[in-house]
Amino acid sequence: MDFWTEIPSLGRNDLRDLKKGIDASFRSFSRAYGPEIEAFFDPLYFFLVRLEKLLIAAPWPIILVVVGALAYLGSRSWKLALGSVLSFIIIGYFGMWKDMMATISLISVATVICIAIGIPIGILMSRYDRMQAAITPILDLMQTIPIFVYLLPVVMLLGIGRVPGLIAVIVYALPPIIRLTNLGIRLVDKEILEAADAFGSDYRQKLFSVQIPLALPNIFAGVNQTIMMALAMVVIASMIGVKGLGMPVLQSIQNQYLTLGLMNGLAIVALAIIFDRVSQRYGKRLQAHRYGKEHE
Amino acid sequence: MAKNMSKVKLEIKNLYKIFGVKDTSFVSKIRDGMSKQELLDKHNHVLGLNNINLSIPEQKVQVIMGLSGSGKSTLIRHVNRLIEPTSGELYVDGENVLEMSQSQLREFRRKSTSMVFQKFALLPHKTVSQNVAYGLTIQGVKEKLAKEQSHRWIDRVGLGGFEERYPAQLSGGMQQRVGLARALATDAPILLMDEAFSALDPLIRTDMQNILLELQEELHKTILFITHDLDEALRIGDNIAILRDGKVIQEGDPQEIIMNPADAYIKDFIKDINRSRVVELRSIINKKVKGSGPGLKLNMSVEDALPILNASKTKSFAVVDDKNKILGSVNLNSAIKALSRADESKVAERYK
Repeated sequence: MDFWTEIPSLGRNDLRDLKKGIDASFRSFSRAYGPEIEAFFDPLYFFLVRLEKLLIAAPWPIILVVVGALAYLGSRSWKLALGSVLSFIIIGYFGMWKDMMATISLISVATVICIAIGIPIGILMSRYDRMQAAITPILDLMQTIPIFVYLLPVVMLLGIGRVPGLIAVIVYALPPIIRLTNLGIRLVDKEILEAADAFGSDYRQKLFSVQIPLALPNIFAGVNQTIMMALAMVVIASMIGVKGLGMPVLQSIQNQYLTLGLMNGLAIVALAIIFDRVSQRYGKRLQAHRYGKEHE
Repeated sequence: MAKNMSKVKLEIKNLYKIFGVKDTSFVSKIRDGMSKQELLDKHNHVLGLNNINLSIPEQKVQVIMGLSGSGKSTLIRHVNRLIEPTSGELYVDGENVLEMSQSQLREFRRKSTSMVFQKFALLPHKTVSQNVAYGLTIQGVKEKLAKEQSHRWIDRVGLGGFEERYPAQLSGGMQQRVGLARALATDAPILLMDEAFSALDPLIRTDMQNILLELQEELHKTILFITHDLDEALRIGDNIAILRDGKVIQEGDPQEIIMNPADAYIKDFIKDINRSRVVELRSIINKKVKGSGPGLKLNMSVEDALPILNASKTKSFAVVDDKNKILGSVNLNSAIKALSRADESKVAERYK
């Protein structure tokens, strides 16, 4: 064998044994601890199913009123509120109401969890440079690793269904909120922080009355990105048994149902646009002070 | 001119600041005469402050003056330890600030000092009222009381009616009034002003100086005022220290600095000022001759005295203190002399 033409490699047998060994130990791990891990995620399942059932069971006019009200409260725009209600009616009219409710409950739960995990991690990263150095590569990994690669171990541990789908969505959608929280806090004007110090603020006072409020535009951009990425995962999550608008899209790919795919795809797009516009408007309103009429 | 020497409020002793990783190891070398340039070139460390010694009397305005890079902003940040010194001591009311724990330091910053910043550093997401109340909020003062206090100070700096505006809606001068009110609201005895008026245009700057002087007459704070503007320094300062390359090169009564500049650098510094407006009669008084006529006050400027002196050109006019006690005299001749810059060789050169 010529050294220059062939890269040194593990022998075929060794390689197979290595893969087998790892696979086997992971399998025995998942067999041994699978139930415990599943139990650990039970609250998520409970939360998700409850919300989904609630949304599906609720009379449709009430949902429409709530959607309209939330859209208006978030954006203070009648146009946007009306548009949202109209989109929901159309989606329902074309028979996608239940799937839409399932998707909304998945996105909502995923977003809430991402915020609950992401913002504290982002704050820690902004406070300690070491934390930032340690977490940044993990975030890079989460965003670039092919989704199927981490879908597989999740499925092996938890089987298929809603919870593994939810976890897959969270893994994919979590990085932006962490990154933008960290960035937003780090970008707060040094002079303002100095002023806060000069008046004797402690860390908590500085964090809650200066850093977070001034980082809100960025944090909110992170929330927006997280919602968008969660929606983007809906179709892939349906591969491991998550119900919702993604499922029919998957079916249409497998069976070449053009119209079914198009309709559900457009419904996802409509949801994305509604979430995006409402959350962006809300983010802008949070920083009204920046848009105060500038003094000449 | 040992006027009523008041108590020392703030004392800085042998203060050094070197920026760099191995800062402490260079203090002794600087003490032995290593120059700022050598420290930078050979060791890549920056000398911020070089053996600062200052005693700042209570209720007076101490101006620290210097060009950019002279270390004045670094110095003022040592007083409330926004910057930690490399070596030295710093006492406020006899207590060593550098030995305070973090929580003592916070308490000290809340109660004893407050600060006004060059670029205002207001909280953009809070209203004028909330900004002014900020120091009080940090101290845990009840919201209602803090609001009352803040409105009182907003009125004092002439911003009544703007309480609910955001900083972005105000002009630069108005924003700095907010900054000043915020600093005054905590009632701290020491006021640190870091080039507080430098970012404002000249008319507004004069306005702000007037506000400060007016307030000071009543509040009697101990003020540390940083500026690069000599006119401002002369206007505001009871005492001036001039800083260059992190070292105090002259310190004392403003009149003293103008009449007897310590070196060429300071001479250069003061060459463009309007001497007739700045020099006071006490600087040119002749104590040997008692003089006559209605007494002129010690702190009258030469500019104001000239027409009076000119009315009878050879007469010696009496100069009196606040209690109308005659201390000496001035005449037209001495007043005119005071207006010329001392450097005669350069004058000769200019008209060669």
